[in-house]
Amino acid sequence: MIKHLRSAADLDAPTATLILDTAAEMAALAGREVKKLPTLRGRTVVNLFYEDSTRTRISFEAAAKRLSADVINFSAKGSSVSKGESLKDTALTLQAMGADAVVIRHPASGAPHRLAAWVDGSVVNAGDGTHEHPTQALLDAYTMRSRLGRLDGLRVAIVGDVLHSRVARSNVLLLTTLGAQVTLVGPPTLIPLDVSAALSPSTKVSYDLDSVLPDMDVVMMLRVQTERMQDSYFPSAREYSRRYGLDLARMRKLPEHAIVMHPGPMNRGMEITPEVADSSRSTIVEQVANGVSARMAVLYLLLGGKA
Amino acid sequence: MTSYLLRGVSVLGAPPSDLVLRDGVIAGGATADQVIDAEGLVALPGLVDLHTHLREPGREDAETVETGSRAAALGGYTAVFAMANTSPVADTAGVVEQVWRLGREAGLVDVQPIGAVTVGLAGQQLAELGAMATSAAGVRIFSDDGHCVADPRLMRRALEYVKAFDGIIAQHAEEPRLTEGAQMHEGEVSTRLGLTGWPAVAEEAIIARDVLLAEHVGSRLHVCHVSTAGSVEVLRQAKARGVRVTAEVTPHHLLLTDELAASYDPVYKVNPPLRTASDVHALREALVEGVIDIVATDHAPHAVEDKECEWAYARPGMVGLETALPVVLSVLGERWDLIAERMSRTPARIAGLTGHGTDLSVGSPANLTLVDPSARRVVDPSELASRSRSRNTPYAGTTLPGRIVATFLRGEPTVLDGKAVK
Repeated sequence: MIKHLRSAADLDAPTATLILDTAAEMAALAGREVKKLPTLRGRTVVNLFYEDSTRTRISFEAAAKRLSADVINFSAKGSSVSKGESLKDTALTLQAMGADAVVIRHPASGAPHRLAAWVDGSVVNAGDGTHEHPTQALLDAYTMRSRLGRLDGLRVAIVGDVLHSRVARSNVLLLTTLGAQVTLVGPPTLIPLDVSAALSPSTKVSYDLDSVLPDMDVVMMLRVQTERMQDSYFPSAREYSRRYGLDLARMRKLPEHAIVMHPGPMNRGMEITPEVADSSRSTIVEQVANGVSARMAVLYLLLGGKA
Repeated sequence: MTSYLLRGVSVLGAPPSDLVLRDGVIAGGATADQVIDAEGLVALPGLVDLHTHLREPGREDAETVETGSRAAALGGYTAVFAMANTSPVADTAGVVEQVWRLGREAGLVDVQPIGAVTVGLAGQQLAELGAMATSAAGVRIFSDDGHCVADPRLMRRALEYVKAFDGIIAQHAEEPRLTEGAQMHEGEVSTRLGLTGWPAVAEEAIIARDVLLAEHVGSRLHVCHVSTAGSVEVLRQAKARGVRVTAEVTPHHLLLTDELAASYDPVYKVNPPLRTASDVHALREALVEGVIDIVATDHAPHAVEDKECEWAYARPGMVGLETALPVVLSVLGERWDLIAERMSRTPARIAGLTGHGTDLSVGSPANLTLVDPSARRVVDPSELASRSRSRNTPYAGTTLPGRIVATFLRGEPTVLDGKAVK
């Protein structure tokens, strides 16, 4: 098993599949009356969060606790971090406290890579800057597999601000590893140059959402921050949603079986309309539940649990 | 003053001969107070660096004029040009004279201050260029390096104004609106790493504009740290038209590529950023051809805490004085005359610096360095003299050819046996 999960590229197909299979076992546990496993008793998992992200932190916390680990939440606000302590000094502190795994969320791309050089324990990337969010990709893949029965050959559109999206990067890498065919859709300003060469040669790019939808098994809408229009990535929120937002009319262009995903938090009315978000095709709430299972699987396997 | 006889030295790769250094110049005769066995060593005119950051005044924790001078001497340099982005900024006669005086006191290389083009490097108002030119420091090169003189009207005025005292503007070519938040070269690797890209066009657009401005007003322009194949093409065309433009490339842009950023180790973070292999190839060709005139180090020391951190929070820059010649040797091979041209003669000529970059013939100032080309050295950061050595060389563990054995400044050794004499 790998030691760290810094990027979805750390996962080859067998490892990724093992995590998804383990997540399925963990999910079965959630149906029981006692939801706890004793596996990580006595182990310490630190949630080191330099960004506010209640949903991701709670998800990791629930995952670690269900595995009986001791959980320490270390957030940037109200700690030495906000007084300007360096990541390295924080790392040495966590090291001295005997952290077995550090789950890090950080606004700077690559912070988990740096952290991994300074601590002995496992490092799990819970979102770094505009780089990656590999556990989100795992829970997304898990969701697709449980809804549609497979990943190999699945056609997935990822729509929106790919340029700034860590979710998109991790999803492209993981889905490609698992045999899915990814199409990135958005205005050209928000699709990075050389994206196929950078992430995976099989990735396609389209600027026309309508033409892509009829061929998709999955459409994943990314959060688009309205502030991007100040930087001229697009003229206005209205024009954005007209061209790239998912409304009922567009959703009807999808094949019958296709699902609609969103990593959250949503800008309802911007990239997705409330009717679509709340429709039966939407897996948005399911994704949250699957997040706990996927993160349990990651912590369990990284910290040496047997499959 | 001790005289030296360099026995059996190869001047620029020529057959071995003896060289006598007496009273600050290269002298005739065959005797001296001290004999140095220079068999197998190659003598080069002392190297001249048009682009060094010495950090004093202001960031003495990163480097001082003295520690930087020592690093320079160990690298084979006899003159370095100290960039103006100190604190306070070298934008007045007072600051440039202070840096110049500190250099004289250190006495290891000739430290020639570069003056800021604009007050506080703010790009708003011309600094007192004339006062710096007529100061004891005799400033001839002006640069806002670290920042681009982005305002085209201000750049035009600066180019024109310095004609009165044969000055030259050294431009850090970076269109600031195209590089807001930029962390590394924009391309495949930046897309993969999720780091904001620094597009090549941000450099090329400024160089294209500036060569047109220089042509229009008939001034000299020097372009700092050229880093892209596209910039090379712009320079090639400008030179063919007869524009008075010169350009430099750093050793690291001749050797390293953006792939190194994949480690997220900010030791590889530099501005302009490391580019692609095809850029490296174009830069090497341009250097050989002369489209790029010189190698300049952009030696940029930083405190440890400014590098031992997240990539986005790290300061750009790497140290380079002590590894420049070995890197260039690895890139160009033992083409000694070409190396002397690109690292000594031409930089001295661009700067109007007399007494450096001269041929090693009788009567010339005894500014020279001795290199052992057969030596191979694994770069050990702890052995470097620069104060910010520990976390700031991208070559740690790399084997590079050539060892600088001795350096002489006006006939006095600053380095002997590979060690600084003071």
